[in-house]
Amino acid sequence: MSSLQTDVLVIGGGSTGSGVARDAAMRGFSTLLVERRDLADGTTGRFHGLLHSGGRYAVKDPPAAIECIKENLILRKVAPDCIEDTGGVFVVTPWDDPAFGDRFLAGCKNTGVPVHEVSVGDTLRREPRLHPGIKRAFTVPDAAIDPWKLVWSNVRSAQEHGARMLTYHRVLSLDVDGGKVMGAVLQDVRSGDEVRVRAEVVVNAAGAWAGQIASMAGCEVQILPGKGVMIAMNHRLVQTVLNRCKLPGDGDIIVPIRTTCVIGTTDVHVTDPDTSEITKHEVDFMLDEGEKLVPGFRQARALHAWAGVRPLFQETRAKDIETRDVTRSHALLDHKKRDGVGGFVTITGGKTTTYRFMAEVAVDAVCEQLGVQRPCSTAKERLPGSERGATYQLGARLGAREPLPQSEEIICECELVTRSHLDAAIARRETDSIDDIRRLLRIGMGPCQGGFCIYRATALLHADRHLDYATANHSLLDFLEERWKGLHPILYGDQLRQTRLDDWIFQGLFDVRHLPR
Amino acid sequence: MTEAVRDSLDRCVKCTICESFRPFSKVTPLFPGPKYVGPQAERYRDAGMSADHSVDYCSGCGICTQVCPQGVKIAEINSQARAAMWEEQGQIGQVQLRNQLIARPSVIGKLGTPVAPLANWALGNRTLRGLAHNLIGIHRDAAMPKFAGRTFQRWARRHARRAADKTVVYFHGCGTNYYEPAAGEMLVAVLEHNGFNVIIPPQDCCGLPLQSNGRFPAARGYVRRLVANLAPYAREGIPIVANSTSCGLMLKREAHEILGIEDEDLQVVSKQLFDVCEFLLFLHEKGELRTDFQPLPLEVPYHAPCQQRGHGIGKPALDLFALVPELRVIELNIDCCGIAGTYGLKKEKYDISMAVGEPLFRQIREAKPEVAACGSETCRWQIEHGSGIHAVHPIELLYRAYGLDSPSPALRERVGERVEKERL
Repeated sequence: MSSLQTDVLVIGGGSTGSGVARDAAMRGFSTLLVERRDLADGTTGRFHGLLHSGGRYAVKDPPAAIECIKENLILRKVAPDCIEDTGGVFVVTPWDDPAFGDRFLAGCKNTGVPVHEVSVGDTLRREPRLHPGIKRAFTVPDAAIDPWKLVWSNVRSAQEHGARMLTYHRVLSLDVDGGKVMGAVLQDVRSGDEVRVRAEVVVNAAGAWAGQIASMAGCEVQILPGKGVMIAMNHRLVQTVLNRCKLPGDGDIIVPIRTTCVIGTTDVHVTDPDTSEITKHEVDFMLDEGEKLVPGFRQARALHAWAGVRPLFQETRAKDIETRDVTRSHALLDHKKRDGVGGFVTITGGKTTTYRFMAEVAVDAVCEQLGVQRPCSTAKERLPGSERGATYQLGARLGAREPLPQSEEIICECELVTRSHLDAAIARRETDSIDDIRRLLRIGMGPCQGGFCIYRATALLHADRHLDYATANHSLLDFLEERWKGLHPILYGDQLRQTRLDDWIFQGLFDVRHLPR
Repeated sequence: MTEAVRDSLDRCVKCTICESFRPFSKVTPLFPGPKYVGPQAERYRDAGMSADHSVDYCSGCGICTQVCPQGVKIAEINSQARAAMWEEQGQIGQVQLRNQLIARPSVIGKLGTPVAPLANWALGNRTLRGLAHNLIGIHRDAAMPKFAGRTFQRWARRHARRAADKTVVYFHGCGTNYYEPAAGEMLVAVLEHNGFNVIIPPQDCCGLPLQSNGRFPAARGYVRRLVANLAPYAREGIPIVANSTSCGLMLKREAHEILGIEDEDLQVVSKQLFDVCEFLLFLHEKGELRTDFQPLPLEVPYHAPCQQRGHGIGKPALDLFALVPELRVIELNIDCCGIAGTYGLKKEKYDISMAVGEPLFRQIREAKPEVAACGSETCRWQIEHGSGIHAVHPIELLYRAYGLDSPSPALRERVGERVEKERL
């Protein structure tokens, strides 16, 4: 067993963990980030992509709203390349209580969320697909945020400050000695090799899995995993974040993110955070709710469906709790104070919008445990890629190919991934998993869901990494299976036709069922 | 963009069939192809932020939409994206001014007709064409039609109408009016020969060149004025025939599908509008077309213009030609001549346009015919320019086969002019 030594061991490669790793590294701590799968493969990579303005929580959860708008404004400054400034609008549909509009306005004003009531006519001109029966409309500074870009920018920054990272390593156990967490034993899930890490402080940023990690140190952390189903539509039916103006509920938001728009979400209390089941009922429900915001939503082409699990922290044990009623603010648990276990901090709850602040308070707690004072600078220092200060534009990939759009081979036509992009990503990721590369490049995430790019990508992977055929076949089939998980819940209409064509390509032409592996 | 057009991108399954019929992207790296600029790029577009100016290299030939088995409105998506781009670019600039100019054939026609000898001399003068190339951006070698010096409308006003029990309205378009009035006269003669009273209402441009140059509001104005003149006849159930395949398509489909015009006048005109060859073939199918054709011992290469595919009528000219004894037709199998209306006039696109047309020109040259036939005037001018072979509308061949050309059209024209002068 090899061993590593670090000041801070961060468990969890989502937005919170990567934020903690960056913050800790920037404050001069030697830092190791460990993630059981790939970066942003958990909750972070499975949400709708909303950068909250706070409007959603203005009435129901004012502290969460205050935190959201504060962090929204900070992230626009430090991570603009991860953000597309779509703006957001809250609309009172015929199904919503018109009186809620006034409560919403008051809530936004009380929490400092910039809000303007705008005319229904202007709103419908801006968003022609919106339900024409809306009664009121309010604009707020909602935006879209790319979770993978955000996590990767944080990790790159952390690495620039000396941090190390181990993905596909799971925590087998925490070493607890004399009322203090001394480190952890990790296992490389692909090779089976184990690594012992000695750390001054362990930060548990495992999100919905934080309870499992905490229990390894004998601490009880109650997480109520709330499963949310989302459906990405084939193109942007709307260009602004659309919210129903009502108390937050299921299927009441559509977020335009990159080339798609995502309707979210359901909220079902589950016991296992690894649950990813999507029921027909959930899909039907979301499509029905989508109709209320955008008539014709059911006829539009669904692209992919997935489920994410919210890490809702509950300090008291409660049965049959409605998870949406739990505060969306984060929870910082200093286990020295709470459970008498030193060298161990849990940061959970919250949301991607507030990840930076969560990281700040977590590293503040690390400093306190170590008895040092080092100021946080993540609210000021821009993330790598965001140096120019410009927010992301939807047309960026299209514009990048001008003025000679035929000059280079395109591997993924839907998401405009070129051969050189893919070669560079393969070299950088050092992975045989196309899904890992997808999280970097969005390859295979467009309308054909990999139908036309997976075999090209596999060929390049095979050549670039000198794979044997079995490994290359494995990569291809793994990715097909990953895509399939998100396709089978929404097999209707145009996406069904696409899936049949893809099926003919892979089953008929390539006979993938009989590939040697 | 109209939502119905944008939504059609959802039907794309990336099958790439449109890319295998892509006359333009095959010859230039500046145009990435119909699938790319259509359903693919559209997902990256938001109003007011055009990122891909390469969409301007789409010629609007419309073949992509025609061949798409899934029903994606590819050409329409491109057309609307191009209009959005030009709207963002504003009105100022050489390219903008040039596009405004060449997109108004009826304005050019009105200006050029009274000074036709001078205008025609200028269009043939290398120095002036060089100046226009550099200052305006119209390619020095691009095919430019000659002003006839008289208008078809003027002839029509003086043309004695025949009493007949059948009536048809003729939509002749700008090409016939200012450049090829004789083609219009032949069409009238063919219809009259078949016992029709031909009504020729006053008419202006259909707005197609403005549409293809991305000036939608101005194009809509032209469409509305034109259909207002034609609609009263259409409401009476009188068929309208057009001899320009592209202008006819504009009224049949594009004004609605691309410009998004929901006008009632347009709807009724669309329903009553027929390509003239389509109309004659319908007559024949009903047994009402006169078939007293004389032998026409010619071998004629025939090119069906891209825009004709949009009509969804096949190639009715071929069926009509088959009725003419001794007329042999070479059906050309090249998709596009490259001109695409005003595309090939532009200095930055002329070479692309000629490269697209070259296989067609070659086929025509190799046939060494007396004339070639094609239903679109801009394609005919391009074919003449590229192949050196005179190109005529299919109706002209029927006109000759009916024996309506004796005395010859040129002589009739001169006689007609003399008669007109005598009347004055």
